[in-house]
Order: sequence, then C-alpha cells, then structure tokens
Amino acid sequence: MQELAQHEGAEASIVNVEAVMQQVAEHKGCGTSGGSGKASCGSAAGSGDLPTEIWEKVKNHPCYSEEAHHHYARMHVAVAPACNIQCNYCNRKYDCANESRPGVVSEKLTPEQAAKKVLAVASTIPQMTVLGIAGPGDPLANPEKTFKTFELIAKTAPDIKLCLSTNGLALPDHVDTIAGFNVDHVTITINMVDPEVGAKIYPWVFWKHKRYTGVEAAKLLTDRQLQGLEMLTERGILCKVNSVMIPGVNDRHLVEVNKAVKSRGAFLHNIMPLISAPEHGTVFGLNGQRGPTAQELKALQDSCEGEMNMMRHCRQCRADAVGLLGEDRSAEFTTEKIMAMDVDYDLESRKAYQAKVEEERVAKVAAKQEELETLAGESSDIKLLIAVATKGSGLINEHFGHAKEFQVYELSTGGAKFVGHRRVDLYCQGGYGDEDSLETVIRAINDCHAVFVAKIGGCPKSDLIKAGIEPVDQFAHEFIEKSAIAWFKNYLDKVNSGEIQHIERGDAEIRQGALTAAA
Amino acid sequence: MTLKIVASQCTSCSACEAECPNVAISEKNGTFVINPKKCTECIGHFDAPQCAAVCPVDDTCIIDNAYPRYQPAQ
Repeated sequence: MQELAQHEGAEASIVNVEAVMQQVAEHKGCGTSGGSGKASCGSAAGSGDLPTEIWEKVKNHPCYSEEAHHHYARMHVAVAPACNIQCNYCNRKYDCANESRPGVVSEKLTPEQAAKKVLAVASTIPQMTVLGIAGPGDPLANPEKTFKTFELIAKTAPDIKLCLSTNGLALPDHVDTIAGFNVDHVTITINMVDPEVGAKIYPWVFWKHKRYTGVEAAKLLTDRQLQGLEMLTERGILCKVNSVMIPGVNDRHLVEVNKAVKSRGAFLHNIMPLISAPEHGTVFGLNGQRGPTAQELKALQDSCEGEMNMMRHCRQCRADAVGLLGEDRSAEFTTEKIMAMDVDYDLESRKAYQAKVEEERVAKVAAKQEELETLAGESSDIKLLIAVATKGSGLINEHFGHAKEFQVYELSTGGAKFVGHRRVDLYCQGGYGDEDSLETVIRAINDCHAVFVAKIGGCPKSDLIKAGIEPVDQFAHEFIEKSAIAWFKNYLDKVNSGEIQHIERGDAEIRQGALTAAA
Repeated sequence: MTLKIVASQCTSCSACEAECPNVAISEKNGTFVINPKKCTECIGHFDAPQCAAVCPVDDTCIIDNAYPRYQPAQ
C-alpha cells in the first residue's frame, strides 16, 4: 500500500478528470473513509485514492470494492470439487440449500455447464460483472476444470472479470497460467504464518503425492502461500487475503499475518468470523470452538487497518452463489433451468444498464460529500454504530421486518464508514411480527445506537426503543451515507445541548445460521 | 487386495480420480468407484495409496479384503 499512497495528488496528470473525481470522491477498497479520521486504505485525509489502472480493476468488483458491492453482482461456478488440504472449519459432506458458507454447493458443474450458466446469469442480471471460481474444493487442485471454464467464458463473455479463490498450496505452479487468462483478482486464504498455529487449523495437506500432517504440513502451506502471493503481486495481479478469525487459535496471530501479507503486496485483507455450528459437522463445530463476537471481529479489523485495505463486507458466500453480496439467487439457475433457457447475451444492453448504475453511484457520492461538509468544524470524540436495512444501490430501501441482514456503519465527525453487516433471520413473515425473531435482530445489532429503515411497524419500534436502539424511518429511500451523516449531526447537536446523553453500547452476536433463502 | 471407496461416505469431490496412477477410479451413480482389476494399492508408484491420502473423509478409501493382496510383477 505504500506504493498506492505515493499516488496521492497525482490526479492532475490523469486525463479523464471525471473518472478521477469520482475515484477520489468515492474510492474505498473496503470501507468508506472517515472513522478515525484516516481513510481505510491508508492514505491520509478523507479522499482515499488509487492509481487509475487499479481503480479500473476494482470499481465494479463487489468483493474488492465495498462501494461496488451495493451495485454489482458476482457469481461463483462450482467446477472445482477436489481439494488438496483439510481445514478444521470445513466439512464437505454438509450441503443444504439454505446454507451460506464457503465449501458448500448444491450441484457440481462441468466447465461447459458453467459457461452456459454464466451467460444465462449475465443475461438475466446485467449488473453481474464478476465470475469467480472458489471451489467447493480448491480451484487449483482442479486446474484443468478451472482453466477450461475461464477459457470458455473469456471467449463468450469477454466483459466479465475472472477471479479465483485458493488455499495457495498449488498457487506457485499456476501463476503464469492465471496471468495468461487475464485473471486480475486472486484471493488466497491465509490463516497463519506460524506453522505452530497452522497445525491447529490444518490436520493435513496433500502435496507431491504425499500427505503431510502437523507442523510440517503447515510449514509447507505457509511457504507456498507467501511465495504464491509474491509471484502474483510481482505480476500486477490484485490479491485479497482471506483469514478466518478463530478465537484462541489465531485471533492475535492475525495481526502478524496482516503484516506479512501487506509486506508482500496484498491489496486487501478480509478477516472473517469462524463459522462453526455443530450441525455443520466440522472439527471446530464439533469440539465447541466458538466464533468471535461482532465487537471482537471489529476490534481485530480496526487494529489491522493501518496502511492496508480491510474488507468488511464479505458475506462468506457459497461456492455457487449468484447475485449481489448478501443475496443468493442460485436457486433460479440450477443446471436443469439453465439448460432449458434460451440465452441471448447482449453486451450492449449490459453496458447500457451498467452506465445507469454509474450515474447512480455518482449521485450517491455527491450527496454524501455535500452532507459531509455540514460536519466540517464539528469536533467530538463520539463514535457510534448504526444498522441500515437496504436492498442495495446504497439506499435505505428495506422494510425492517423484511431485512435479511443489516449493514453497519460507524459514524464520527470524519463521516460514515461501512464496518460490516449482520445477518438476521427474517423477522416478518407477512405482516405479523414474531417476538423471538425480533430478539434475534436486537442481539445482532445490539452494539448499534440506531437502525435506519424504509418502514417499521409500531410494535418492533417500541421494543427497539426499549432496547436502546433508535428506529429511524424519516430517511426512507434516501442515500445511506448522506442520511447517516445528517442524523449524526443532529445527534451531536442534541448531545451538545444536553438534551440527550451519549451512552456506549454493548456487544453483538454474529449469526452462525443459514441465510434464509425465502424473501 | 485392492482399495475400495465406501459409497455412503464419498463426497464425490473427485480428488482421488486425478491422483490414481492406474486410472482405476471413475464416477458411477454420483460417487466414485475403484476398478479392482486396475488397482495396485499404488505399490511401486508411491509410498501410500493416493486415493486414501487425498480423500477428505477419513476411512473412506479402504482396503477391500474381498480381493487378494496385490502382487507386483517380478
């Protein structure tokens, strides 16, 4: 990131002023700037900035740009079932249509089926810009299937970005092939750089016809991962590092991991909470290893957020997920349905649609900037979280009872910064509130001062107030960040005038269960 | 003997298929099976049977006692 920071102030030399203005105004690889007063991507002040060529790569990749994830969709094709390592948080036997976690799919695809599926989805969902291969095993443990799929898609849908997500063991062997297919985003899951820690996470790795166990296995894995990371960044391929936060195993150690990957040129670090429900049958699920709380996760992410972009919008999606992050439309695109579809891949109409999306983004950024100016001159140490019910496009456009997740923003005099999301079960099943579900929602956003919604019923409203969370519905269908800043300004005014007292909130729970498919 | 795959445990991940030096493994009815006529237990190829070494589920690629021990050609 050092290198990126050096590009600060270089915008004058770039010809496309409009693109640059947008980039300067809204760039964030991971979160909006603000919070502690420094941008989440390391450059000073509020306007994080990226060199044009990097911005071009990330601007419509929902996983690499927090901002983009409100507007653009991704899909994964499950062409890579085999894996070459074993992780204690993974159990490949468990598959359920309602389960949203990596390593899980409902059906495997051949490269040919995958290519057809990509065309079918891209024709139906014009904002689908990214095709990833993430398993359900490891893409590079299935190199023929993975690269055949890339080859077919590059031919038929050249505008779609290709990316893959790997454990890294086989990565050094395939870097040149990856570069050859113009894959410009690669994610490596790196949970440790100390083999002693690794031995607690990986029971074995399979390499060069041999199964290695214990510290030896972890040493092999970490060496290969870091070598692969270096090789990719040398070639200008953007690398995201995923790390699973396992309290008591690698939680403190992930700060070291962060330093190690940063020094090797990783673009983005994504620290995710361990998913370990006993019913998944994973080693960690069965031995009672817990996942982190929302505040534990946030504290670790905050401590790693120096000069490194932190990703906080990861939904830990399945290897066959389809749609915007946080939604999964894979059930609409089963092999059976795809094969029956008449696919008309219209590049022009996709471009036209995406141009409209860009207009929306520019409007959103302008609105935020304008509102941000009203905070200028305010000085306060208060930092608080708010939850937002949204269907996407950066708008407060979801009914409280219909929200499947809430996006969480941290507000301070520096502005509004996206810091995560909280999954909740459907609270409302058609007009009637269910009390247990409301409790689930409150537990999930218990660390927030307010919840912004398009609409909310009277009962949940009063229960939220009782729980100390202010329901806010006066910004329905307005931009999230602009509204949040306006609300925060008002909050500060009330605190300053003594009308209300600022009280810190407690911790919140990270839901382990399935993302319910029903809408 | 030869190895066999316990069908009820097989996740159908296909990892074994690519590793078998004898091309003895193929997919049948959703899971993978080992052709006992082709399996050599990897004797002469590798230190350990590859299917068992790469299989993500313990005790799924196991020795099939129904067949006599593989004898490498002298």
